[in-house]
Amino acid sequence: MKISPEEVAKVARLSRLDLPQEKLELFAGQLGDILGHMDKLGELDTDSVEPMYSPVEHTTVLRLDVARKEFSRDEILGNAPRQDGQFFIVPRIV
Amino acid sequence: MSELHTKTLTELAGLLQDGTVTVTEAVEACLSRIEATEPSVRALITVTADEARTQAAAMDAQGPDPAKPLWGVPVVLKDLLTTRGTRTTCASKILENFVPFYDATSVTRLREAGAVVIGKANMDEFAMGSSTENSAFFQTGNPWDVERVPGGSSGGSGASVAAGQCFAALGTDTGGSIRLPASFCGIVGLKPTYGRVSRYGLIAYGSSLDQIGPMTRSVEDAARVLQVIAGHDPRDSTSVDVPVPDYLSGLGRESLDGVTIGLPREYWGEGLDPEVEAACRAAVAKAEALGATTVPVSLSLTDYAIATYYIIAMAEASSNLSRFDGVRFGHRSEGAEELIDMYTASRTEGFGDEVQRRIIMGTYVLSSGYYDAYYNKAAKVRRLLRQDFDTALTQCDLIAGPVCPTTAFKAGAKADPLQMYLMDIFTISLNLAGLPGMSLPVGLGSDSGMPVGLQLMGRPFEEATMLSVAACLECNLDPMPQPAL
Repeated sequence: MKISPEEVAKVARLSRLDLPQEKLELFAGQLGDILGHMDKLGELDTDSVEPMYSPVEHTTVLRLDVARKEFSRDEILGNAPRQDGQFFIVPRIV
Repeated sequence: MSELHTKTLTELAGLLQDGTVTVTEAVEACLSRIEATEPSVRALITVTADEARTQAAAMDAQGPDPAKPLWGVPVVLKDLLTTRGTRTTCASKILENFVPFYDATSVTRLREAGAVVIGKANMDEFAMGSSTENSAFFQTGNPWDVERVPGGSSGGSGASVAAGQCFAALGTDTGGSIRLPASFCGIVGLKPTYGRVSRYGLIAYGSSLDQIGPMTRSVEDAARVLQVIAGHDPRDSTSVDVPVPDYLSGLGRESLDGVTIGLPREYWGEGLDPEVEAACRAAVAKAEALGATTVPVSLSLTDYAIATYYIIAMAEASSNLSRFDGVRFGHRSEGAEELIDMYTASRTEGFGDEVQRRIIMGTYVLSSGYYDAYYNKAAKVRRLLRQDFDTALTQCDLIAGPVCPTTAFKAGAKADPLQMYLMDIFTISLNLAGLPGMSLPVGLGSDSGMPVGLQLMGRPFEEATMLSVAACLECNLDPMPQPAL
């Protein structure tokens, strides 16, 4: 499996990462090796197998619809890089 | 009590309860040991000396509480478990200054049992690695030979326990991250069944794989810590509401009569270092001498486990780590004028190489066009892997094999990521299957002089069986030497 630096750049962009050219090239080689190893799964016939996404299956856990307030606004805002005591402040969106 | 740090948690807890040792003495013994060993071992990102001393003084003023099984016991936490008021970094620059406002449930339970947190342990960034070399801050040394790695990703936890800095540590295990450092550092490490321990407050890497567990200097110590942290938690919908048995009552058995141990041929063949094989085989022979029966079993899909695991783990990582965007917590890049640019710059500056690699791989295998070929395919193979274990575990009570093909390697020896992933061959299947497993130290390798761990794997929620067999073996094997630090 080969993957080009351009493909890595595209996926990086989707992942909100911006990598310099040398890292794109390094990752392209490494990711190609890793994908090559992953392609091994193609040897197995899994047509009639149900996927298993978690060891704990069928767990739609319900709880009473009761509002809880365990933390204060100050606590929740406390780790924000920028906030004004009421809101998280971010750069302009549009 | 200058040698307090060589005691087990079980011994210390007894001395604290009967008043022979005060909490302050226990805490000071650990802080002195930290001071003496940290310059070379570098296991801890944060030492909470002031808080621990204040807490110790308050506890000593009250006197021992027999209702609290870990009363006064100093412990260390892997630095991805949130601690109220104490920085929690995941060994990442992106969380370098993150101070949580709540404790993880496992931490709450330790505190309620009387434990005193004395530090937060180094790890591979976001638990992604097998050597702790991926920490954004520094490299931890193996207490047996600081030029070698302690294993990962809970390498700081393992090194801290082995160095006598604390009496137990919590680690997390997504693909072997408790068992591998336990093996490399010569201590006991237990990964419970998926769902046994609440993960509320565990900063997630692979949500269908992660589990929290104890790392200690004896099997009984591990049982005592598991007893405290196990159990259902309404805050973690994947924690399972099944009763927690008494893990201590099964300890102290004198023989292994009636126990059947399965030996998977895929774990005992090619690629295994002779010194690892010799130490593990000797331990299995000891189990037989104690009355256990061994049978060959097959885990025929072992060769496919690494590919399956890394697809699933990276996919889940890419999703979990999307929360780090510089808005609500963590590093924010200065200077970006628009929101998307701010996200991108914050993440690019904040994440290290291995984390970036896994996010990109995870995004790739989840992207349309590749989802069925990779992620869904891996989820199907995962079910086959689980069925393999279920079948094997109808033929035996426990499965035994090595934890890792080698003993601890030198720092920098595995620069290629794929080469590093291949070290996880014997540990990752268990996480995919969601079953419990542990590493028991069984001696030192004849060539390297480094510790070797035997891995025991069991049926879901049967940690008690595993612990009772491991305790009997531990008691009958030559005592593990201590690292000469």
